[in-house]
Amino acid sequence: MQIYLPIAELPVNIFVIFAMGLAVGFISGMFGIGGGFLMTPLLIFLGIAPAVAVASVTGHIAASSFSGALSYLRRKAIDLPLASMLLTGGIVGTALGVALFTLLRNLGQLDLTIGLSYVTLLGVVGVLMISESIRAILRGRQGRPTTLRRPGAHNWIHGLPLKMRFKRSRMYISVIPVWAIGIFIGFVGAVLGIGGGFVLVPMLIYFLRVPTATVIGTSMVLTLVTMASAMVMHAVTNHLVDAVLALILMVGGGIGAQFGARAGQNMRAERLRFLLGILVLAVGLRFAYDLVVAPDDLFSVRILEPLL
Amino acid sequence: MTVRAGIIGTALAVAALALPSPAAAQRLVSSLSTHQVRVTSNYTGADLVLFGTVEPTDTAPLRPPGSYDIAITVSGPRETMVTRRKGRVLGVWANVESRQFINVPSYLAVVTTRPVGAIAPREELLRHQIGLNNTVLTQRIGTDFADVVPTDPFRRAFMRIKQEQGLYSERPNAVTFLSPSLFRADIPLPAQVIFGSYDVEVELFADGRLLARDQGKLDVRKDGFEEFVARSAREHSLLYGLAAMTMALMVGWLSSVIFRRD
Repeated sequence: MQIYLPIAELPVNIFVIFAMGLAVGFISGMFGIGGGFLMTPLLIFLGIAPAVAVASVTGHIAASSFSGALSYLRRKAIDLPLASMLLTGGIVGTALGVALFTLLRNLGQLDLTIGLSYVTLLGVVGVLMISESIRAILRGRQGRPTTLRRPGAHNWIHGLPLKMRFKRSRMYISVIPVWAIGIFIGFVGAVLGIGGGFVLVPMLIYFLRVPTATVIGTSMVLTLVTMASAMVMHAVTNHLVDAVLALILMVGGGIGAQFGARAGQNMRAERLRFLLGILVLAVGLRFAYDLVVAPDDLFSVRILEPLL
Repeated sequence: MTVRAGIIGTALAVAALALPSPAAAQRLVSSLSTHQVRVTSNYTGADLVLFGTVEPTDTAPLRPPGSYDIAITVSGPRETMVTRRKGRVLGVWANVESRQFINVPSYLAVVTTRPVGAIAPREELLRHQIGLNNTVLTQRIGTDFADVVPTDPFRRAFMRIKQEQGLYSERPNAVTFLSPSLFRADIPLPAQVIFGSYDVEVELFADGRLLARDQGKLDVRKDGFEEFVARSAREHSLLYGLAAMTMALMVGWLSSVIFRRD
């Protein structure tokens, strides 16, 4: 069934969009990520303008992270003080990211920068995740404990000043690295149009040693607030949020996420990280392929948008 | 060199404003099946039908069948486009060169009785801008504004991509004479249509000369729910954004309630 999207200004098959929402929702529920890094490229592939895709996907991510956050809230698996500290940094990062976005757009090299950033970010995160999870799986085989959190084990991050106690995560750490991570995620999210959950979760685990019990729920709160405000901001500044497209995506995503979450609960954490690592790396390689392999068509035509 | 050829092209385009000589006073009357295309939720493209008739006058009686040629040009709202060319830079493919096409039609359909080249000599076609190859596409080249020769790689790429998108088309043999004076033509509008006002130009040729022309307008606009959504997004953007966000949160909340297990 074809439906005409009022803002994207093209007809799409409603079931294709719904199925994409379902599939990405399943993955996001399983790994506790927003799934923007999968959904945005898929929509662009369907022929939707990149700017509309980025703006509308924010709605899908906001919906799926809200539904996720609610269930984590009921299980008391969210560290709200930690989330609000990350958010403080996130706002600064988003502002910096939007400024860079505008600058690159004026220089005409936004697409290349986004491509290279995706390759670098997804490649590095993917490889790190895969190698770490393989080591964890091997450790598990040898009968040693697989937990990353060794009580009393401190690194240099724990020596920084401005310490704060995060009760639910049972941590007593400096807020400086928390802000730094928030800034980084906000920055990356604004430039690449992604929620950043797949980067945030590993960073919280590896750098801050946030326990796995609270890490996903906390990351979802951050994603929810940044994406919900990004949606309003996109709507106000560019008028590019397609509510019809977003609604189909989020209904599919909401259903998919529930099944994904159930599938994820039956799997061991290091296996999940291994699979997510492969997924992240695959998307990164797909972007690398586009950059390195000669394109089918050397030419492209676009409407000249007035500079912001 | 190419730039100079373009300046001649532009000069010819200006000459196109001159009216055909009164000696060949033959009248042309045409009408589209609809003057307004409404794009609603089930829009996947539209087919327009144009009917027209050649009216004989005292000084110019109707010629025998087969001696008339019709050229219909439908052009959409004008916009400025960029054509970019990718090249290899340090191992990756990046946009290296670009040309701006200033105020060119977003949609251009040329529907004729015969292949465009067979209707009239090239200079006559250039003067009236009939056929994709004879349409002026102004480029910004440095500080100059000019059209280029049809074989220019950027112009050719632009034409090819617009044709692949269904936005530019040239369809010979698509105008049929139903009687010695009555003709009809089908004009397809693509799914990814551009909104705004379209110009319809119908030209009557015989013996390679323009005899008469007729003009019409076509309006393509969103309607119903689509129009409402698009207008809200444009005019009440904050409210629209907040509503969209609320909708997202509602869907998220609903799915967590419906699938709640604990």
